[in-house]
Amino acid sequence: MAPNELSSYLIIGAILFALGMFTVLTRRNAISVLMGVELILNSANINYVAFSHFSSGNQAGQIYAIFVIMLAAAEAAVGLAIVLAIFQLFHTIDVEAAETLRE
Amino acid sequence: MEVSTAVFYLIALVTVVSAGMVAFSRNIIYSAFSLLGTFMGVAGIYVFLGADFVAAVQLLIYVGGILVLILFAVMLTHRITDVQITNRAAGRIPALLVVALFLVLLIQIVKATPWVKAKEVAFVATTAKIGDAFLYDYLLPFELASLVLLAAMIGAVVLSRKEIKE
Repeated sequence: MAPNELSSYLIIGAILFALGMFTVLTRRNAISVLMGVELILNSANINYVAFSHFSSGNQAGQIYAIFVIMLAAAEAAVGLAIVLAIFQLFHTIDVEAAETLRE
Repeated sequence: MEVSTAVFYLIALVTVVSAGMVAFSRNIIYSAFSLLGTFMGVAGIYVFLGADFVAAVQLLIYVGGILVLILFAVMLTHRITDVQITNRAAGRIPALLVVALFLVLLIQIVKATPWVKAKEVAFVATTAKIGDAFLYDYLLPFELASLVLLAAMIGAVVLSRKEIKE
């Protein structure tokens, strides 16, 4: 583990991915599931930027990271809008209680 | 130990610990606020990787946009006066087993792979190069991104408006 080794960044990314996957697997609150997805996307971004920095020397990995951030913003907006719509309908955002899309 | 190494360890610790809070906290407000630490820590890691523009984008979009959106959603959907556990979790032990196995596997792969020793590159500002790349090599994905964002915006507005019964 040192700032100038690729493997330390990959390990941080792996830990973030594992925690995000744990959040997605165990949470029953839809907003928490979305938070887990954000953790997973962040870990993928760390890997992109780390590989870009340590291997190629060009900016391709950073550009992919920016695209991932952009898609994460779109995903959060639509996902939270769906969560709010489900809350208006069922008055809960428990992902097991809300099994259908309409009453 | 150099100062930069100590700062790196600190940032890595903040990132991992607050991500753990997101995963294990019983209160969803704590989870949402711990996400702040994770996003800031990841931005710090980008700075260590010489990606200044991505770090700024991370701060602007994740901390300034997505986190605020998540906090709004938390405050709008959950009654804060409720004392009960707001962030219910189920099936923790099997999930923990699977995820721990997966993490061990990933770390073993990272350790076992002979990564080519990085050449030391001097830091150069990346913003101008990224702008050039967006307008030459990645022009089509860049334009498609604007379409995706427009579609997401319209979709979010349509989904969250009040239904008008006739």
